[in-house]
Amino acid sequence: MLRAVRGGRAVWAPRGGSGSGSGGAKLGRPLRTAAPQRSDIFRELGPRLSRLGQALRGQLPESEGAWNSLRPHQNSPPPPERADVVVVGGGVLGWSVAYWLKTLENRRHGMRVVVVERDPTYSQASTVLSVGGIRQQFSLPENIRLSLQSATFLRTINEHLWVPNEPPIDIQFQPSGYLFLASEHGAATLEAGVKVQREEGAKVALLSPSQLKAKFPWINTENVAVASYGLENEGWFDPWSLLNAFRRKAMSLGVYSCVGEVTSFVADTADNTPGMPRGVGRVKYVNVRLPDSPEQQPVSCAIVVAAAGAWTGKLLDSATAGLQGSLTLRRLPIEPRKRYVYVWHCPGGPGLETPFLIDTSGAYFRREGIAGNYLGSMSPPEGREPDAGNLEVDHDFFQEEVWPRLAHRVPAFRSLKQVKSAWAGYYDYNAFDQNGVLGPHPQLPNVFVLGGFSGHGLQQSPAAGRVAAELLLHGSCAAVDVGRLAPGRLWGSEPLLEAAIV
Amino acid sequence: MAAALAIRGLRGGRIPPPPHPTGPLRGAASGALQRLGEWFYEVEVVLGWAERLRRRRLRRKNAFEGQQRWLCADSRGRWSPEVLQFHHVPVVAVDLSGSQLTYDGLDNFVLLTKLQHLDLSGCPHVDDWALGRLHVFGDSLQELSVARCPRVTERGLATLHQLPKLRCLDVGGLAVQSPGLLRILLEEMLPQCRVLGMEMEEGDPPEAPPELGQPPPLCDSAVIGGRVVPKWH
Repeated sequence: MLRAVRGGRAVWAPRGGSGSGSGGAKLGRPLRTAAPQRSDIFRELGPRLSRLGQALRGQLPESEGAWNSLRPHQNSPPPPERADVVVVGGGVLGWSVAYWLKTLENRRHGMRVVVVERDPTYSQASTVLSVGGIRQQFSLPENIRLSLQSATFLRTINEHLWVPNEPPIDIQFQPSGYLFLASEHGAATLEAGVKVQREEGAKVALLSPSQLKAKFPWINTENVAVASYGLENEGWFDPWSLLNAFRRKAMSLGVYSCVGEVTSFVADTADNTPGMPRGVGRVKYVNVRLPDSPEQQPVSCAIVVAAAGAWTGKLLDSATAGLQGSLTLRRLPIEPRKRYVYVWHCPGGPGLETPFLIDTSGAYFRREGIAGNYLGSMSPPEGREPDAGNLEVDHDFFQEEVWPRLAHRVPAFRSLKQVKSAWAGYYDYNAFDQNGVLGPHPQLPNVFVLGGFSGHGLQQSPAAGRVAAELLLHGSCAAVDVGRLAPGRLWGSEPLLEAAIV
Repeated sequence: MAAALAIRGLRGGRIPPPPHPTGPLRGAASGALQRLGEWFYEVEVVLGWAERLRRRRLRRKNAFEGQQRWLCADSRGRWSPEVLQFHHVPVVAVDLSGSQLTYDGLDNFVLLTKLQHLDLSGCPHVDDWALGRLHVFGDSLQELSVARCPRVTERGLATLHQLPKLRCLDVGGLAVQSPGLLRILLEEMLPQCRVLGMEMEEGDPPEAPPELGQPPPLCDSAVIGGRVVPKWH
């Protein structure tokens, strides 16, 4: 240690030496075998300051906010008392709308957008449990256009969602394409669908059974009449990266993120507001229940975007609880439906070229990584829906339903008997016609419904969010005409059916 | 003339670093600006503008190449007029190594139905999406090089099964995990193709493959400025 200068005489005391050492004979100029000690003060300054900084930083709470897995609610503030748009639901659709609202607004910080998510760990959210595929092989032009625009967005994701000082976004996109197989029974529908897809600009090829066998020798082409193969802009990616990117960019643009559950709305109806027509209401407040507490925070807002995924129907049902008056909402047919995903290992299975294959029977699978793992499943047949109360996995479903069909189609899978892992997630299932719902609720004109995509919400989320933001800000959307996806059709008699449902 | 193919400096050279969004700033300047950007909103906004400007310039570079008909240029960017007489001749080989080609820039090439030899090595902006567009050359492409493209991963390489005529594939210097396994999978996927460059040991500098260094074995091929090889009978 460098002793203080005493009496004008610099004393270089030996290390560990006590005061008694100076009482003895003066040593004269000591031999310096180490580096000069006078420079120690600067050499130690750097490490000392960094240790001080670390100690201080350790005292502060973590700055990760809602993404801190130990205490997710620790740093999320309560929602503000006033907002312009409240987005209920922090999944990929909710954050996509929030991002586009802030990007398309005319004036910077012109709008206060609040995203309210009740579960920051996303343990049951459809987004992060999704298999992550993106395809343009639909039969409805609206679906094809939304998917194509989403693919363009994902390709240029760093132009849209990159935040300075962060690493470039990588959604791990695998451009392997979708392969739909059709039997004689479904061949005409498939070919009609491919015609529409090509008109919309999707690159899809039709393959005969022999061409299919030449391209993918591991397929058993029995009972396959024709197949459609997506050549570009189709494949699968990592949904968590996309959600994270949307959230980070939206928050950097000024969107407020809050943890809480929306329990009810407070609306003006004909009973409490003179001049209001019967049967419609206008939401004035959204009641947000804070996590782990009975406290409710009313947030006054102009527009509510109901992007709660599988629970959108339940959200709007419960909204009637807060409504003063006789306004009874018609039930929105969006409900959670449980779907399983199984991961298995098959060393002799299909190779690198494996697309996302959807069999004639509805079973599907895709490759996962390059080490011989595959994941797949199928939608349960009509009338045998599993109970959506929990996310428990039924392994018998794989053994009895999925594996026989896949093993018939890909003989290499016959040798596998064991599933490495499995999980379950929810489709935000539109029980009416299994297609997205996009538009203002007919009875609550300032509640915008965005959900019900029944398994293709993630892949259409960038474009659907943009369309929703344009409808909210400008009243119309130039890119895609989504008039047919408005919620009004849900109580009509003409379902907008999609032929290619996975 | 065939032997006059200039081996460009990037062949067997270093891998160009992936273009990080903070752009060409390196070292102290980039660190200082990042630090400032963390403290001040204004600097963050300026960094975002700089990145947008860079992307716009890149887009313009790719658009300009195809605004007119397909032309070729020498090292100074100028074209010799004699090339104009080749415009009816099908293009057989294209050397784009080290260029700023992007996904949109491939619009200029998808019409070349007779392309046999495509060299995309060392292109910093060619990524998995761009590789997905190469299926249009499925009937003709025989040699492809994506060596040292920092954004190409095993996911983009999986799309190359759309090129059944491929005989030689150079994938040296790619940033993949388990290159040995990937090489085996590529060889299984393309049984008649020779895969170059993905050795079992990571970190080996890729040898300049001699076969790819020479022009395609077509007797009348010519190289003009190291860019385009037309073939005529």
